[in-house]
Amino acid sequence: MSRVLEDRARQAHSLRRSKYDPRRPVASSERKTTSAMIASIAGDDVPTIAAPFGNALTKLAAERDDIVGMTADLSKYTDLHVFAKAYPARFYQMGMAEQVLMSAAAGMAREGFTPFVTTYAVFASRRAYDFICLAIAEEMLNVKIVCALPGLTTGYGPSHQATEDIAIFRGMPNLMIVDPADAIEIEQAVPQIAVHQGPVYMRLLRGKVPRVLDEYGYKFELGKAKMIVDGQDFLFVSSGLMTMRVLEATKELAKEGVSCGVLHVPTVKPLDTETIVRECTRLGRPVIVAENHSVIGGLGEAVATTLMREGANQNIFRQIALPDEFLDAGALPTLHDQYGLSTKAICGSIRSWLK
Amino acid sequence: MDSPHEQHRGSNISLPERAYRIRRNALRMGEVQGQGYIGQALGVADILAVSYFYALRYKPEDPEWEDRDRFCLSIGHYAIALYSALIEAGILPEFELETYGTDDSRLPMSGMVTYTPGMEITGGSLGHGLGICVGMCLGLKRKKSSSLVYNLMSDGELGEGSTWEAAMSAAHHGLDNLIAIVDFNNQQADGPSTQMLSSEPITDKFAAFGWFVQRVDGNDIDAVRDAFDQARSHKGKQPRVVICDTTMCKGVPFLETREITHFVRVEPDEWEKALKVLDEGRPQ
Repeated sequence: MSRVLEDRARQAHSLRRSKYDPRRPVASSERKTTSAMIASIAGDDVPTIAAPFGNALTKLAAERDDIVGMTADLSKYTDLHVFAKAYPARFYQMGMAEQVLMSAAAGMAREGFTPFVTTYAVFASRRAYDFICLAIAEEMLNVKIVCALPGLTTGYGPSHQATEDIAIFRGMPNLMIVDPADAIEIEQAVPQIAVHQGPVYMRLLRGKVPRVLDEYGYKFELGKAKMIVDGQDFLFVSSGLMTMRVLEATKELAKEGVSCGVLHVPTVKPLDTETIVRECTRLGRPVIVAENHSVIGGLGEAVATTLMREGANQNIFRQIALPDEFLDAGALPTLHDQYGLSTKAICGSIRSWLK
Repeated sequence: MDSPHEQHRGSNISLPERAYRIRRNALRMGEVQGQGYIGQALGVADILAVSYFYALRYKPEDPEWEDRDRFCLSIGHYAIALYSALIEAGILPEFELETYGTDDSRLPMSGMVTYTPGMEITGGSLGHGLGICVGMCLGLKRKKSSSLVYNLMSDGELGEGSTWEAAMSAAHHGLDNLIAIVDFNNQQADGPSTQMLSSEPITDKFAAFGWFVQRVDGNDIDAVRDAFDQARSHKGKQPRVVICDTTMCKGVPFLETREITHFVRVEPDEWEKALKVLDEGRPQ
């Protein structure tokens, strides 16, 4: 008996490791570093704004004394420390305890406050789901859950890569889901989600966050999808940081004579179905949904379902998304290339689909 | 001893009589459904009598009155017990008792804030209540309110890790406005809670977590009342817990002795018998 168990244990172990064994040899000069939780998604030449969420919340808190901030030992990594410094008495450090973080936020909301709650997206979606669902969403409470490291925004590995957070949260009734693209949008989203009656989950880009959308004269409206640029050959439908990437790809592809439109969908739930159906059927363009999320259960499937339901599924449909896998650890730019989220990789995908 | 609140002083209805009426309401609701968590309701009736007719401050005509004490039912399946108390307290009308667990009722089998006046939280997914109470207590302190938050939970619920996150959090934040009540009936779905995942030594655990702990016979009304008084008047800047050892199905001896009491089986002809036995034991 014990010999069989030992063999099975060894087999299970080698199965888990097979993907990394043997290691791909890489010259040390080529190796990039992981940067753990603070890897920036900004390229070197991109203008950025520091801590847009923390600063926007602090600004809003001056006008609304019902706003409080709560975190599970991640204020510095979610930019909530800016608020904590400005309003120490309105900041609640709940420690490394996501279940009580969410429950206590529900209790605060029941007493009339509007808590902005921060942690990492993996912990909110995987660990605290039941508490968000029953204590917050079922009661339609005004808790705003703002989470860093959505999708693939750290090279730290699956423990911190929330590749399926939207898939998890889309099934939760009452919960609005927002996936902003850049610093400008985060700044505009904060006061709007505070006004919204009910719970909101917002995916957060933190630290030095690129500013992109002001170049296009874009204004965030909660619940609305908007065309940022128009084009004839392809339509990108995107949310979050992928909107930034497809805008870059659109510029690159224009040099090759390929004309792309970009429909930005920052509110993933509820979807702006009217705009999505209109834009996805207009001009008969192939529709490419690009998202920083698993190919399962995210914006891509949401858009596809919408088009099917509306009888508008005439066009070619493609997804640029993360594979249904536990992703590798490594340097973020390497991983974005590897998994198809980088601008270079997006351009490559489009070129291959043009053939 | 007089209640700390004007609303309960000078009532000519004794606490044992209130507990009897709560039990009676629960049995009548159980009869409507032919089932229910009647064992829990009968077991916890004395605690609810002390809570709603001695300890809690509230306005029956305005269940959301800002200055009320909050009574949270973490254990959603005890709703039948709480409805019985809310009816006796005049927060719910008595006739609604006949709708318990039926379509379109405000009294679903599991307690939900979205359905029922006087229900503070949606319980049922066990291990939620104490954490919600932590937030309510923090909020009340921010509002400089003197209201207290009571959380009725169960021994089985102590198996949930989230209960202990909340327990640690309550002590860390010095929540002296929180009074947890643990109904320790030593029963859960698969058998005695101490044999499923024992929480003993429970007083030591709570004390080690920084709580002011008392353990009493939860079916001894005087003992429960005294414990609530001490919990309220205790000077320590710490949360309070009263662990109440109770007997499932208390007040109906032929049910008390049934082996499985978590979801006690009551035959159709036994409801009337149970009411009769209860009436015979009505306090004088």
